[in-house]
Amino acid sequence: MSIDVKMAWRNIWRNPRRTILTISAIAFASLLLVFMLSFQFGSYETMINSSVKIHTGHLQVQSAGYQDKKSIRLVVPDPDTIGKILNQIQSVEAYTFRAIAFSLVSSKKRTYGSIVIGIDPVREAKVSTLKSLMRKGSYLAKDDTDQVLIGSLLAQNLKIDIRDEITILGQGRDGSIAATVVKVKGIYSSGIDDLDRNSIHMPLKYFQDVYGMYDAVHEVVVTGKSLKAVDGIKAVLNTGIKKINPKLPLVVLDWKELTPGLLQSIELDLVSGIIFYFFLILVVAFSILNTFLMVIFERTREFGVLKAIGITPGRLTKLLLIESITMTTIGIAAGIIAGSLITLYFQGHGIDISGASDILVQYGISGRIYPRLSLLSAFIGPGIVFIITFLAALYPALKIRSLRPVEAMTYV
Amino acid sequence: MSIVECKDINKTYQQGKIEVRALKGVTLSIDKGGFVALAGPSGSGKTTLLNIIGSLDQPDSGSVSVDGNTFEKMTQSQLALLRLHKVGFVFQSYNLIPVLSAVENVEFVMLLQGVQAAQRRERAKAILDDVGLEAEYDRRPAELSGGQQQRVAVARAIVSNPSIVLADEPTANLDSKTGNGLLEMMKKMNEEKKVTFIFSTHDNMVMDYARRLILIRDGCIVDDQIK
Ligand SMILES: Nc1ncnc2c1ncn2[C@@H]1O[C@H](COP(=O)(O)OP(=O)(O)OP(=O)(O)O)[C@@H](O)[C@H]1O
Ligand SMILES: [Mg+2]
Repeated sequence: MSIDVKMAWRNIWRNPRRTILTISAIAFASLLLVFMLSFQFGSYETMINSSVKIHTGHLQVQSAGYQDKKSIRLVVPDPDTIGKILNQIQSVEAYTFRAIAFSLVSSKKRTYGSIVIGIDPVREAKVSTLKSLMRKGSYLAKDDTDQVLIGSLLAQNLKIDIRDEITILGQGRDGSIAATVVKVKGIYSSGIDDLDRNSIHMPLKYFQDVYGMYDAVHEVVVTGKSLKAVDGIKAVLNTGIKKINPKLPLVVLDWKELTPGLLQSIELDLVSGIIFYFFLILVVAFSILNTFLMVIFERTREFGVLKAIGITPGRLTKLLLIESITMTTIGIAAGIIAGSLITLYFQGHGIDISGASDILVQYGISGRIYPRLSLLSAFIGPGIVFIITFLAALYPALKIRSLRPVEAMTYV
Repeated sequence: MSIVECKDINKTYQQGKIEVRALKGVTLSIDKGGFVALAGPSGSGKTTLLNIIGSLDQPDSGSVSVDGNTFEKMTQSQLALLRLHKVGFVFQSYNLIPVLSAVENVEFVMLLQGVQAAQRRERAKAILDDVGLEAEYDRRPAELSGGQQQRVAVARAIVSNPSIVLADEPTANLDSKTGNGLLEMMKKMNEEKKVTFIFSTHDNMVMDYARRLILIRDGCIVDDQIK
């Protein structure tokens, strides 16, 4: 060990209580940053995944403009060719087709507007959580025809139960009237009011007959094996579609484009987090600044001796910076280790957030959130603490350069 | 051959509204190998003169040179280097770096000079042996007596073979027996290693050790005798 480091180490422990307090502050801030960032990242992932599982999938292939207009005429005409591309992509977990129409739904007593969604019962079960959301009755079987699943709030509004009949009245793809009478097979409840209040699911084949869709659908819904795979799948899909027919007016949208609100709430949450972290780091920076201003105050005489024996200003600054870096590093290391352990514990056990936040419920999260420790969440916060505390110590470290030896020596 | 040259040095301090003329036109030349005492009553300007010779303080007018280096046009870092290589200091008290052991305190100067580690340790131990601290290498300043601390300070001041060692009342905080021991040791170093010592004192016993005695009063040299 060089004398510089040895000196720094011993100087650090000249005032053990203050040093431990300062190091604890740094460690605590680092711990908090590791845990909170992991928690945020984990909850975003949960939010995205459950939102993806309930509504949108990670990716969709749609006709250009469909996302905005939702016009029944904007279709994906031959979804099976897209299916063939998807079959060849390793990182695709599952995909399904959906067709969607806005229609009037009537029971004997009431009428409401609703979204009618045609789904492939088998494929849908692999892509979304619909099957697991059934509260009453049962999910659609492979060969069902004039049977539907209905959201719990809509069922309430229509004052119907399973096995009741409802009439659906809408407009077909070619502009003709689409009308049918169907039987309620099951009632689902997702916890997302929007979905439960105005959606109905029916078998895709039956939908295509009723609405004159032929083989066309509106959405090819894809889930990837992980969130990270999304960009890759998107690129392959885009080139695949171009290869079939470059003039086909199809677009590939990812979850960010499909649910811009989700991205906004994530950004909002991240920004409010950052504001909090900023103040946290500021407090730590001031504690370091205070510690080192005290150090200068107490050791003025000693710095005077060092100057008298001919230490250069640069070396003096270096000595003080080694002290601050050593302290910060100890604190940060302790904080990262403790923060990671705590995060890993909750990563295994989850944190109960039932009834905590409306935003989360909106995106289908209730119950538990699992923080996710990553290299990024473990090191970015403490890394910033390191830089900021370094800058905070830089001020006193530079200040002693201009200390004049005689003044330091007469100072007692 | 003179190693220190002071020409017409003036230094005035401001104490509130009062101006205190600490040095009034001091001209002085000190030869290599000297063992010089600067004596005078309290407030006469001894510390001020030593600080100016050691480049710790700047005169208002006049010029100072050590070993041919005139301070006037030198920058702070050049002066730091000059102190590192040419000037050793022994202060009245609080000379040592508290977190370093005796041997490390002596080594530290050589570290700043860029001497190799192995050589540093060897030379530091040798010089501590010379000042009679062979048993005290690894003690921290707080574990040494006042006299031992001053010996370490002398060892640190002379280890790098400086042109001059400036000692401001090195014995003031010591009892007379320990003080005499320290002076004996300084004298021995002066004779054996040919180090030039300039020390201040207002103690008659201490003055007796000097080969040249400069008397200073109210910022002026009033007597200068070579014994
Ligand atoms: N930093 C300062 N500010 C104001 N006045 C000062 C300062 N340093 C010294 N003086 C004044 O200059 C004069 C000379 O002081 P100096 O310390 O050189 O005397 P000295 O001979 O070393 O005295 P002593 O034997 O008490 O150490 C004194 O009147 C002192 O009050
Ligand atoms: Mg004095």
